[in-house]
Amino acid sequence: MSARQLQVTTPTDREIVMTRQFDAPRQLVFDAHTKPELVKRWLLGPPGWTMPLCEIDLRVGGKYRYEWHHPEKRGFGTGGVYREIAAPQRIVHTELMDGAPAEALITFVLSEQDGKTTLTQTMLLASRELRDMVIKTGMAKGVEASYANLDQVLAAA
Amino acid sequence: MDVTPAHLDATFAALADPTRRAILARLALGEVSVMELAEPFAMSQPAISKHLKVLERAGLVSRGRDAQRRPVRAQAAPLAQATDWLERYRQALESNYQRLDALLEELKTGKHKPAKRKDQRK
Repeated sequence: MSARQLQVTTPTDREIVMTRQFDAPRQLVFDAHTKPELVKRWLLGPPGWTMPLCEIDLRVGGKYRYEWHHPEKRGFGTGGVYREIAAPQRIVHTELMDGAPAEALITFVLSEQDGKTTLTQTMLLASRELRDMVIKTGMAKGVEASYANLDQVLAAA
Repeated sequence: MDVTPAHLDATFAALADPTRRAILARLALGEVSVMELAEPFAMSQPAISKHLKVLERAGLVSRGRDAQRRPVRAQAAPLAQATDWLERYRQALESNYQRLDALLEELKTGKHKPAKRKDQRK
């Protein structure tokens, strides 16, 4: 496993922390997460899913809304409100996934060193039960279909 | 194997305590009696027993039938399920990030040509 690969940990009962390194300057990684035309190109999940809606109003109090569609499966969406923005290093926003009983607070932090950028995303959930549900949902939405092609991607990596 | 949210809740809750994680680490070396288990922890046997009940409910440990000793042993399956879930979640998200890697490569060589230029603001 390369050091760049995504690490997921659960440091406390209510948190999921994801860390990933990118071989690109921080500003580019920030843009790829905040410009809809760029977000739509990678935040897709497994093959077959598209992201027809990606609205981002990047200012404190501004909202974002993402929606994913699949020809055979039920669509899925998520959205929230920006609480803090310090481009290009830090964003704090809420996230309420469709069907979820409570919102989460996401802290997105980018740090750059030697032209490489490390993303640390902390998801703080209302309860442990909700956190475990997010893990399960992320899996259910992403895993089945992604396994087949993921193997290929990993083999090529 | 089907993993219910209730199972995972119990597993994660049981693992959220440092004493219980230490107990599991000790049990990885082999089964022991509650008395032996309590020794290195500077804790009363009832306190250890309480932790063991939580671990037992989560299915992380089991107790032997020997009426005198009732040895405690670790059960690996629930722990494996919990970490397996995290690993699968990680893999699902990783496929997104591999797409992002490709996009960033394109951005670096495309319109953002001077990739050496750094934004030094911290």
